[in-house]
Amino acid sequence: MNVTRGFAGRPRVHNPGLPPGQYDAGDDWPVLSAEVTPDLTPADWAFRIDGLVAEPRTWDWDGARALPGSVYEGDIHCVTSWSKFGVRFGGVSLDAFLEVVRPEASATHAVAYSHTGYTTNLPLGDLTGGRAWIAWEYDGKPLAAEHGGPARLLVPHLYFWKSAKWIAGIHLLDHDEPGFWEQNGYHSRGNPWEEQRYSGD
Amino acid sequence: MTDTTVTGFSAPRSPFSPPTRFAVPGRIAVSNRAAAVWQTATLSEIRRETPHAATFRFAVPGWAGHLPGQHLMLRVTAHDGYTAQRHYSLASAPDDTGHIELTLDHVEGGEVSGWFHTEARPGDQVEVRGPLSGFFAWPGDRPALLIGAGSGVVPLMSMVRHHRARGLDVPLRLLVSARGPEELIYAGEYGDETTAVFTRRASEGVPVGRLSAAHVAPLLTGAGRPPGGWEAYVCGSNGFAEHASRLLVEAGQPVDRVRIERFG
Repeated sequence: MNVTRGFAGRPRVHNPGLPPGQYDAGDDWPVLSAEVTPDLTPADWAFRIDGLVAEPRTWDWDGARALPGSVYEGDIHCVTSWSKFGVRFGGVSLDAFLEVVRPEASATHAVAYSHTGYTTNLPLGDLTGGRAWIAWEYDGKPLAAEHGGPARLLVPHLYFWKSAKWIAGIHLLDHDEPGFWEQNGYHSRGNPWEEQRYSGD
Repeated sequence: MTDTTVTGFSAPRSPFSPPTRFAVPGRIAVSNRAAAVWQTATLSEIRRETPHAATFRFAVPGWAGHLPGQHLMLRVTAHDGYTAQRHYSLASAPDDTGHIELTLDHVEGGEVSGWFHTEARPGDQVEVRGPLSGFFAWPGDRPALLIGAGSGVVPLMSMVRHHRARGLDVPLRLLVSARGPEELIYAGEYGDETTAVFTRRASEGVPVGRLSAAHVAPLLTGAGRPPGGWEAYVCGSNGFAEHASRLLVEAGQPVDRVRIERFG
């Protein structure tokens, strides 16, 4: 252990919800995106699932909103080391979308992509079983553009760079393909509890 | 470039390419080994830049080199094993062998910046891993238009220093915004490449006001625009980044040639 002289840190509050290396950002919700925030209205928005599926499908705003609603209440964790507790997102479980397109048995991974072109890769297993959402509400209000509105992917059990803002589609594959940050040195999966921050962790 | 971490730009290997106007730039390969390993960094010098910002110089003998614009992760450890880690942009140019510099604001209530600004002294040791991420990096190969505010100028200064140290003739311009002259980080180091914009206070005869289209437009039209255009790098608070990136796009800068680093 390399103790830093004079560093005491904040008073320790044991929080079993805080993954290693993270701090509680409190009311802050920092914005971290590498691209210009797009001017995207619900009328412009569409969401497609294709690749290794039985029936590729594109939903428009009204079509997606017509699926049964689902809420995520819990925590989110950013690789830059802040965590945010007790957030509430409203949207639709990704399971509801996948039920329609029916993934092929050979599908093992996915590339999620944004209307900007941002990409991130995920094992398909991280998108199913009630662990991923298409979210358009935050705290009961429409999701702000800088946080990915009108709709973003939400995969709260992984570092938040996996929760692609301005979600445009999910492409299913039978292999893993690194996305934008993953090509830039970040970890392929990004599990905060295992501190999978960078490639090699 | 001689940095071992750089293999230059190359097309992403991915066979799946969604429609995009956002440049996923040709990857600047980062050394995953260097990024994965924590190294000891020994503080060797502290230089005050402004009342709220100081530069911290470290000896890191095993530093693998970096590109201007890259960042690192820094970790400090308390006696009971508690650690805190933060991402910081590198301020120094790559050629500063075995040494790196960070310029940190004193964030109110900041756990790590508070330690740096009130406790740290030469000889103290912290841990770093990096350099990290190639997206915001600028290898010095293409005209660069840099726009920063507050401590957002830090990674941009690494680019300016690199440009100067290597004697590069590729066009480089920096627009830097600060509340007033006393809060302008690296004030003594700017040259002809830089225009300072003061939002609250300035010395007599110097205009005061927000970064505007009037600052940006001349660089994107006519003689101000280099052949082939600029690669734009924007760094600052989210509010500033939104404002500056919109100004750029409105002035004609292609959206897929704007890279943004936001300080959340």
